[in-house]
Amino acid sequence: MEILVCVKRVPDTAENEISVAADGSDIRREELVYSVNEWDNYAVEEAIQIVERVGGNVTVVSMGDAEAEEIVRREMAMGAAQGLLLTDPAFDGSDGLGVATVLAAAARKGQYDLILTGAQADDGGGQVGGMMAALLDWPYASLVNRIDVSDGQSLRVGREIEGGNQEISDIEMPCVLSIQTGINEPRYVGIRGIRKVASVEIPVMDAEALGLQAGTVGKTAAKVRRVDYFVPQAGAGAEMLEGSTEEIAGKLVDLLRARGGIR
Amino acid sequence: MDSKVFVYVGHNDGKADDSASELAAAARTFFPDSSPTALVAGSGVDGVCQEAAAWFGEVWKFDQEALAYPNAELLRPLLVKILPAGSVLLLAHDTFGLDLGPGLSVKLGAAYVPDVVGGEGVEETNLKVVRQEFAGQVSAHVHCDVSGGAVITVRPGALRGSSPSEAAGQIVDRSADAVGLTARRRFVELVAAEAGDVDITREEVLVSVGRGIGEKENLALVEELSQAMGAALSCSRPIVDAKWLDRPRQVGTSGKTVKPKVYLALGISGSFQHLGGIKGNPFLLAINKNPKAPIFQAANVGVVADLLELLPVLTERIKASR
Repeated sequence: MEILVCVKRVPDTAENEISVAADGSDIRREELVYSVNEWDNYAVEEAIQIVERVGGNVTVVSMGDAEAEEIVRREMAMGAAQGLLLTDPAFDGSDGLGVATVLAAAARKGQYDLILTGAQADDGGGQVGGMMAALLDWPYASLVNRIDVSDGQSLRVGREIEGGNQEISDIEMPCVLSIQTGINEPRYVGIRGIRKVASVEIPVMDAEALGLQAGTVGKTAAKVRRVDYFVPQAGAGAEMLEGSTEEIAGKLVDLLRARGGIR
Repeated sequence: MDSKVFVYVGHNDGKADDSASELAAAARTFFPDSSPTALVAGSGVDGVCQEAAAWFGEVWKFDQEALAYPNAELLRPLLVKILPAGSVLLLAHDTFGLDLGPGLSVKLGAAYVPDVVGGEGVEETNLKVVRQEFAGQVSAHVHCDVSGGAVITVRPGALRGSSPSEAAGQIVDRSADAVGLTARRRFVELVAAEAGDVDITREEVLVSVGRGIGEKENLALVEELSQAMGAALSCSRPIVDAKWLDRPRQVGTSGKTVKPKVYLALGISGSFQHLGGIKGNPFLLAINKNPKAPIFQAANVGVVADLLELLPVLTERIKASR
């Protein structure tokens, strides 16, 4: 099976305090720790496991600048044979549809049976996979937490829905699936693994190579535009306890006891 | 703006989702000059249509056996067929909205604005809304050109629902439009969430642990604290994804909905999916090392601290106070 996995480089929200730049035009990026979008790790792992079972190839693709190459390489080190980087200043300022248009153009350049994305990213809206499917006119399933390869024509997939219930469907290939965390346990990538792919050449494609017309992607095409970032006026918020560890522990015990939290 | 505004009303077990009244409010806030129409699709949905008619002047009913389960791949072509050019559609940002919305916007040639939490609304053809990014740590003003129509998903619980109007809306049966639909994804069955050894939905005191605990070994500190308190142990999603605790202990929209009296959140950032699983307005204490964690907006009492330092001291204090 030929599988394309779309990945994205994002600031790691588990590692960073995100704050807004003085003019609101962006978040403060100077000190941020970047990593691959958490959901994408699960998508790459799932693709590799499928190929390990039934054969085929995994290609990892990312739209971004030279720094995104590092992310593609890290994901390749998990066990993907190919990488692909989509880079062009014309892509800057793309909205969700712009990103999906670029990625769908890359998908058309290959012969893929299956495209996986992460179910969402911390700076996104869970939209790119569904849009790619519509652009390619392929069927789509979101929030997938189980994939069974059945007959080579279709997949049996589970979607995670409200309350931890699972919706099981059969979906025809080629198709696009967005992958939910928890579907697998993404493998650890060590220094040795990254070294192994350090010299693999990652092709770069720009708008022209992808056959994209000016004005179909990037800022001019975007119907949805972020004007600024801001920190909302806090409501009442929490009463913050301060003091030494002993003092705070003492206050917490008093509060818990008063509210019936110690039984 | 003269495009027509529609609201997709989701439903479960013959009842309209709570989001229906919130979406009615959102439609009126964002498009004050419009008279939004509700769309109800399913099998045997007369009751849901009547519920929807309390909030909407007009309800379009699509009642077909083939629509008994809401398969987004089946409903998308239906909506493409029946929505007039340039329409605006609002739906909930839930697991169905995420499945349907992005592709629908492409097929309609409309703009897509996901996960809206508020905003001023439309000015001519420019829709001004608010979204959250980076796990709720910052918000963003987003503008959207809706001149060619729009699909907008609204976060459940973010907007106050509107009260039903006095005059019931008119129900229009459009079921004949919903025949001959095909999809390349077929619904097979629902698998119910597994039951666990503890039912956290019935517990009055929950000690809940999140990613901030760092390593699996550190869970012992949380277990000791919950035992000292006589409380049950629950968690947020990353702990289940890492397989450190079983899924029945997960609080959130994709896990269990709990209604304790006291909720102690340890190293939980407070995503809306997690907070969406906490009902009944408990006394919420949060301990987190990140002072910007959104959990502090929802909590009654907060502490910025290192769990590894604070938890052993807290556990000892509780034991000593007995």
